[in-house]
Amino acid sequence: MITYSILQHYWWLIISLLGGILTFLLFIQGGQSMIFSLAKTEDERRLIINILGRKWEFTFTTLVTFGGAVFASFPLFYSTSFGGAYWVWMIILFCFVMQAVAYEFQRKPGNVFGKNTYRTFLFINGLLGSFLLGAAIATFFTGSDFNVNKANITSSIQPVISSWGNPWHGLEALLDVRNWLLGLAVFFLARTQAVLYFINRLDNEVLEKRSHKFLWYNAIPFLIFFLTFVIWTLLGKGFAIDPLTNSVSLEPYKYLHNFLEMPVVLILFLLGVVGVLWGIIGTVLSVQFKSGIWYTGIGTILAVCSLLLIVGFNNTSFYPSSSDLQSSLTIFNASSSRFTLTVMSYVSILIPFVLGYIFYTWHIMEKKRTDIADVNGDDHAY
Amino acid sequence: MELLDASLLGWSRAQFAMTAMYHWLFVPLTLGLGVIMAVMETFYLTTGKEEWKKATKFWMTLFGVNFAIGVATGIILEFEFGTNWSNYSWFVGDIFGAPLAIEGILAFFMEATFISIMFFGWNKVGKKFHLASTWLTVSGATLSALWILVANAWMQYPVGMEFNPSMTRNEMINFWSILLSPVAINKFLHTVTSGWVLGSLFVIGISSWYLIKKREIEFALRSMKVAAIFGIVATVLIIVTGDGSAYHVSQRQPMKLAAMEGLYKGKTHNDLVAFGILDPDKKEYNDDKDPYLFKMNIPIPGMLSYLAYRDGNAFVPGIKDIIDGGYQVKHAGEKGIALSFAEKHERGKKAIEALSAYQKDINAQDTTDANIQKAELKKNYPYFGYGYLDKPNELIPNVPLTFYSFHLMVMLGMYFLALFIVVLFFIYRKNIQRQKWLLWISLFTIPLGYLAGELGWVVAEVGRQPWAIQDVLPVQAALSNISANSVKITFFLFLILFTALLVAEIRIMLKQIKKGSESETNL
Ligand code: HDD
Ligand code: HEM
Ligand code: HEM
Repeated sequence: MITYSILQHYWWLIISLLGGILTFLLFIQGGQSMIFSLAKTEDERRLIINILGRKWEFTFTTLVTFGGAVFASFPLFYSTSFGGAYWVWMIILFCFVMQAVAYEFQRKPGNVFGKNTYRTFLFINGLLGSFLLGAAIATFFTGSDFNVNKANITSSIQPVISSWGNPWHGLEALLDVRNWLLGLAVFFLARTQAVLYFINRLDNEVLEKRSHKFLWYNAIPFLIFFLTFVIWTLLGKGFAIDPLTNSVSLEPYKYLHNFLEMPVVLILFLLGVVGVLWGIIGTVLSVQFKSGIWYTGIGTILAVCSLLLIVGFNNTSFYPSSSDLQSSLTIFNASSSRFTLTVMSYVSILIPFVLGYIFYTWHIMEKKRTDIADVNGDDHAY
Repeated sequence: MELLDASLLGWSRAQFAMTAMYHWLFVPLTLGLGVIMAVMETFYLTTGKEEWKKATKFWMTLFGVNFAIGVATGIILEFEFGTNWSNYSWFVGDIFGAPLAIEGILAFFMEATFISIMFFGWNKVGKKFHLASTWLTVSGATLSALWILVANAWMQYPVGMEFNPSMTRNEMINFWSILLSPVAINKFLHTVTSGWVLGSLFVIGISSWYLIKKREIEFALRSMKVAAIFGIVATVLIIVTGDGSAYHVSQRQPMKLAAMEGLYKGKTHNDLVAFGILDPDKKEYNDDKDPYLFKMNIPIPGMLSYLAYRDGNAFVPGIKDIIDGGYQVKHAGEKGIALSFAEKHERGKKAIEALSAYQKDINAQDTTDANIQKAELKKNYPYFGYGYLDKPNELIPNVPLTFYSFHLMVMLGMYFLALFIVVLFFIYRKNIQRQKWLLWISLFTIPLGYLAGELGWVVAEVGRQPWAIQDVLPVQAALSNISANSVKITFFLFLILFTALLVAEIRIMLKQIKKGSESETNL
């Protein structure tokens, strides 16, 4: 018997998985943030832009699908967060709009603004896109300033259900150090993964050498920011739901307890961390080791997914309100109806099929590593 | 807390309209040109002629430039339901979110995956696999249109749902009736074929330019022939489905129909307006002033009655009738004698009050009264949205905008059909190169194709005002709680960015066209 609660957990699992995959795919953004530093000559830049440019749509489409999936499965989150943290989301969207044209337009004759403008778009998207998405995810742990009152719909003056508590509409999240920590961690993780991706895909000695150097500059800050965030979070308070009264309260060591009470999730998390480190350390130790991106990538998916699981499972509020605890969103009060979740679960059966054709096409398109001759010889190259 | 003010509504609508209209500048070409180039590639495979490959590649380059900006303008829309219409997103998210999610999972990934093979796979995969990828890319685009249009059709004709008072939201109870709603299917067909029409006009127009310049004659004629045949098929379909659209509008949204026709006072044996000029001095719906300065009807008596109700004698209600009620209803949804606005408003108020009382009862654990309130709510729920309106005037969309947009769209549709037929005629006579006038007309028809599509959306979306969801939620109750100023700023930010990108896109396209199909590389 599939209960409503199982469906709600299942959909939070899918959202968490999407979050993990999105964080992995942010390596595109990481790479974009290095087009002016890692690459020095025009040929090098073209090379990098082209190997990123064949994959950028996956990240973008995953972001779009993430939006659609939370809308369908947790509409109260979609409405509260997007309508409330308006500015954060608008800035994120704005820099993804800039990205979407940049690859195709940057070297086309007649593009009005010149190649470097579009490359700067890519750079901005790389910088802000990854950082702000990380900071936005951090608010799942740190809370936001909002209020939800469904009875408002009957008010004749102001029939709005969710309201944000301050006029900064999301930008206030930048006042919390922990949001910065996760934002920066995601930013440096994206860059670390990008370096590993370059090492895996590029056939260019100079860039490979430089990538090895860049690995240090990015992996170390990533580890520092990430570990500080994780330790702080595990030792800090979390937003717990009382299963009897459904009331939300702050509980010390909540996230640590969640790991201990859900050992499977803890194991996934640890596997994820090991995977991330394996990819990085393996690459540092040997120039022959070129598959670091796969270890680090899969590790990232597992680690992020399990972090999202401890924020949604085990009677925890995944989108807490710091100003009005009882407005906090949980997978129970923010989800779609049982019927809709069931329909969407049938749809989700197709996801492995989608992943299947993505991997298949990736495989046939990436049989050999790319060098500048390939780029020059391709009539659709960016 | 910021108070919801009128200018917030205005700016939110402006922002949605602006971003959607920008998106719609690029989507139809993706849909139409996509099919055309896939057909050309199919010819390449079946005939083995390199010329077809060259033609395919040329149109594919333009497709790519257009696609990028289409994607760029799409992402903002996906999130705007949350950012700007957050109340809406909760109130109907249980139903409306599903097609959006399915669109992402099933359609966008298909497009994103196979487009990279289409562009970069010429030398990496076999010819058949490449052709399959092209068709899959086009199918992905068409599927994304399907799901978003299912969502849009549902707003115009909400089905398969039930209100849940304890959650204060509408919930899905039947997925198939949402997906297979006749409005959704018709909307999908009409909108997708409008993309095909535009694609054909685009290919014919650009090919004409080559003929005028006496360049690439062979390539231009080849492309033109495909596009003219495809265009005729598409225009016939668009007229058939356009009739279907109007029929559904009259069945489910009689106010929109009245606005489309500028009809204030209805009658039986109603004629169809072919062309008209509205009197800008008509201020009130009930001032008995003739709304037209000038009007020419289609000389078939009872045409509107026939098209709207498939019955030449039927009574077609005008704006005044819909507000005053009292006529015999023929359309789906209501039965019997039409209610007046005042009566619907009363019932809507009752529904809202019952909901409020119900929630208080639940909190006070008074189940007996809660059940009474629930029944009262259920009885009046079909008019729920009317409870948020105060004056009958609020029920009337912008009549001139809807009226002119509709009539211009229909005229353009007829004109496109004629144009395609004439072009095809001269192609078969093998002397189209000498019809300079026709070539110039074809070239300058490209912008008209864009215009027709935008006008169609104006009819659909302006005509349904004030409803975000027909009869259930008016736009002013659908908003987010943000300041009008924030929306104003984002409106201008996106306007500037999109306009800059549009200018760049047009110039890139022109450069590519000037370069022609001969040169293989982008540079
Ligand atoms: C090339 C573009 C084009 C052309 C030539 C036509 N249409 Fe159209 N029309 C559209 C492009 C379009 C559209 C952009 O696809 C719309 C907007 C919303 C929709 O469902 O389709 C639309 C909407 C639309 C609506 C409103 C639907 C609604 O409110 O849901 C009606 C009644 C018609 N059309 C009717 C017609 C008729 C009778 C035509 C006769 C030739 C016609 N259209 C030609
Ligand atoms: C891409 C083609 C589309 C165009 C050009 C378009 C055009 C418009 C226009 C002109 C308005 C403003 C109406 C007014 O405020 O008077 C509007 C509003 C709106 N449309 Fe669309 N529309 C499109 C597609 C859609 C789709 C597919 C949906 C839903 C899935 C949708 C949902 C809305 C919403 C929520 C509003 C805001 C509320 C309102 O003002 O009615 N639109 N659109
Ligand atoms: C008539 C209405 C619409 C149709 C037919 C349509 C169709 C399409 C198509 C064909 C694309 C592919 C890219 C391109 O334009 O070249 C696309 C992109 C996109 N559309 Fe629309 N769209 C419509 C309206 C909307 C609306 C209202 C939304 C918001 C919910 C939306 C969201 C998106 C997004 C997010 C993308 C980019 C996703 C990607 O390809 O990765 N579209 N749309």
